[in-house]
Amino acid sequence: MVELDSATLSRILTASTLMFHAIFATIGVGIPIFIMLAEFLGIKRKDPQLLILARRWARGYTITVAVGVVTGTAIGLQLSLLWPSFMQLAGQVIALPLFMETFAFFFEAIFLGIYLYTWDRFKNRWLHWLLTIPIVIGSTLSAFFITSVNAFMNFPQGFELVNGETVNIDPLAAMFNPATWPKVFHVVMSAYMTAAFILAAITAFAILRKKGTEYHKKALRITMIAGLVFAAGTALAGDLSAKYLAEHQPEKLAAAEWHFETETNADLILFGTINEDREISNAIRIPGMLSFLAGNSFDTEVTGLNEFPEDEQPPLWVHYAFDIMVGIGMYSLLIAGVFIILMLFKRFNEWNKPLLWGIVASGPLAMIAIECGWVLAEVGRQPWILRGYMRVEEGATTSGDVGIALAMFLLLYGVLAVFCVTVLIKMFKNRPPEAEVEKRYPNGTID
Amino acid sequence: MSLEVLGITVLWIFLYGYLIVASIDFGAGFFAYYARITKREHIMSKLISRYLSPVWEVTNVFFVFFFVGLIGFFPDTAYYLGTALLLPGSVAIILLSIRGAFYAFGNYGVSNNTFFLFLYGATGLLIPASLSTALTISEGGYLNVTDNGVEFLAKELFTSPYSWSVVFLAIVSVLYISASFLTYYANRAEDNASRDIMRKFSLFWSAPTIIASFLVFIGLRRHNPGHFENALDLWWMFGLSFLFFAIATALVYFKKMYGLAFISVMLQFFFAFFGYGASHLPYIIYPYVTIEGSVVNETMGTALVIVFIAGLLLLIPSLFLLMRLFLFDADYIKGKK
Ligand code: HDD
Ligand code: HEM
Ligand code: HEM
Repeated sequence: MVELDSATLSRILTASTLMFHAIFATIGVGIPIFIMLAEFLGIKRKDPQLLILARRWARGYTITVAVGVVTGTAIGLQLSLLWPSFMQLAGQVIALPLFMETFAFFFEAIFLGIYLYTWDRFKNRWLHWLLTIPIVIGSTLSAFFITSVNAFMNFPQGFELVNGETVNIDPLAAMFNPATWPKVFHVVMSAYMTAAFILAAITAFAILRKKGTEYHKKALRITMIAGLVFAAGTALAGDLSAKYLAEHQPEKLAAAEWHFETETNADLILFGTINEDREISNAIRIPGMLSFLAGNSFDTEVTGLNEFPEDEQPPLWVHYAFDIMVGIGMYSLLIAGVFIILMLFKRFNEWNKPLLWGIVASGPLAMIAIECGWVLAEVGRQPWILRGYMRVEEGATTSGDVGIALAMFLLLYGVLAVFCVTVLIKMFKNRPPEAEVEKRYPNGTID
Repeated sequence: MSLEVLGITVLWIFLYGYLIVASIDFGAGFFAYYARITKREHIMSKLISRYLSPVWEVTNVFFVFFFVGLIGFFPDTAYYLGTALLLPGSVAIILLSIRGAFYAFGNYGVSNNTFFLFLYGATGLLIPASLSTALTISEGGYLNVTDNGVEFLAKELFTSPYSWSVVFLAIVSVLYISASFLTYYANRAEDNASRDIMRKFSLFWSAPTIIASFLVFIGLRRHNPGHFENALDLWWMFGLSFLFFAIATALVYFKKMYGLAFISVMLQFFFAFFGYGASHLPYIIYPYVTIEGSVVNETMGTALVIVFIAGLLLLIPSLFLLMRLFLFDADYIKGKK
């Protein structure tokens, strides 16, 4: 067996926690939009079904938020426990957005608590709907703040390092570095998009199980339309991210694209295999496309990986993470597009089985794309923890107990995952929405 | 006020806030479990869940706020505590995670699961015990700092009477604070059966709380004489703390003004907690980290303070709304909404 040093173990533990948290964080950022939308339409159209839809989404959301909160608390503490030297330095420069994030959480947590327990407390239903606004703002802002911290790790600026001391600190420059905007845009869009496809997948599954009613059809229409919009936004933002990389972090893009020589009119390589001598086979090549992606023109010069010293090159396997993410992005656009076209033209039936199965698949796939995206972003930054300033090994804890901690946390995440899923299934099984509509709105109206 | 004093004051206020709201939550978990196994739960559990359900997440954020703020204002503490606390810190996180998640699972999802409730009750006592060790470690004597890094002397901690007296104090305080609050809350809900149970608990745990505080003082005298001397200079804070303790106990005993009694409990802990904190200064971690030596650079510090003020302007009205809807709305408390 290979000896694992504490830096490697710390990386494994950080990666596990973050990838587990990312599932719930993404849902946490995305779902409030849909609760807001469903309640809005429900009140506006006086439709009891849509109000029940909002209510059921919110109920499931409480479970995922709980796991998001506890895993988020874990990652927040773990960053200090596992990367003390990094946090000591980062604390000097990037503490501001981290601190602001806690306010965003606070804000969201307060209003979520109020929202969940005041469904029928206000005479004017719009007052209850208004409560969704701070929830959406709070969760999206927290994504913004945390992503700006991550952007800083990719493009550190706003300070100078003199003899190991940080001087000339500019917190705003650190926070609003060139990586921030493309990253935030992409992270937020992909979270909205993922929420749309997950909700759509659940609904499509219910329809396939022959439980489909008018209720499910409404839900699927809402999520598919929103899904198309957000999938397009995600692709646009992903393109901006790639352009950012081409300009500021060429080694990450080069590793993701298996692009070794600096050249213009560079080819885009999809999938394929690579051998020790960096010869690529079995790949699909799209001539000139990489240059086009990097700068909207075939003449754009794209920096190759060979420009960088051997020990500063990220691992080449991130290529697959990139391709899977982009592939899923295209798939989602396609499936939502087809559904909407069939919906608009009355001649066709958008409720056909293959399409519904395609939608069922899109939910888990979107989550896989999120994970692949983060793996690309984080592994593609290797060997740096703070690009250009601190290597991963330098930031890691010297404690010898990381292995035990890793085992404990893996067990915890396993337990949480199992219980979270069973609780969610139990929550909705044998409680059809129609019965809930009947019970809460026996007159068929919302008043 | 200098930046470091301002920073530590802000953080200490938030830690105090966490101490109160989390104690209510932790103790409530224990009481809910106790009620289940003594078959009295139909009386108390509704009451407890009506208060807790809307606020548990807010409680958690208090804690997150504290440690994120600590790293922001005093980055060096991240280095020392981070290296030293990997294992105890991980245990505390895992307990917190189990508690939060299973509370939500049990409360929003499957109801009436005794195992979930057991986890919820047990972690309510274990978490304060494990978190309190961070305070113990800050008294010095449990870290070994060499050129290779920071080493945590776990054996010393587990065999130290001082450390155990702090653990004891943490647990009984949790039960005492929680019982005092729930007495008040039950009284407002006009739920007399629950109120009488909680009132007994509140009286029952008051004596151990005071005894434990004295034990900690005696332990401190041997463990960190400098801190003990400083504490003596602030004797009036501890005197006020004791005074409010006496007021609270008397009110509860004579069944009068439970609201004022709970405020007195809060003041009792306020003076004790701030007396303890103030006499601990200038050290954050004795003798390695002082507030002057570890404070963040001035630009960042100023930025954090500005954000903090802006944040408060946002939070205070929101918290006020939350309290109005769930804490001070008589109909809600009584279960009519
Ligand atoms: C539903 C999820 C999803 C989908 C369909 C896509 N992405 Fe993505 N991508 C993410 C979810 C994501 C992410 C999880 O949000 C990442 C991880 C880190 C980040 O900033 O965003 C990411 C990172 C990321 C990066 C690295 C950014 C950096 O490290 O600075 C690039 C270049 C792209 N994406 C590009 C694309 C392109 C061209 C897509 C084409 C459609 C695409 N992504 C679809
Ligand atoms: C936004 C703030 C984030 C911070 C401060 C952060 C911090 C870190 C740190 C300190 C490491 C270990 C050092 C390294 O290996 O580079 C790391 C690695 C990693 N993080 Fe991030 N991260 C952030 C966001 C995320 C998110 C949301 C994910 C989603 C899943 C993620 C996924 C990973 C992965 C997969 C690794 C392991 C890379 C490797 O070690 O090979 N990160 N991150
Ligand atoms: C970009 C990726 C991330 C996103 C989108 C994200 C988003 C979220 C969301 C939506 C929540 C639930 C908050 C609530 O409902 O109150 C949450 C919790 C949390 N996250 Fe993350 N997070 C990310 C990565 C991280 C990282 C890297 C850290 C570490 C610094 C972190 C720290 C936390 C903490 C401490 C909580 C718990 C807050 C609470 O107690 O309410 N997150 N996160």
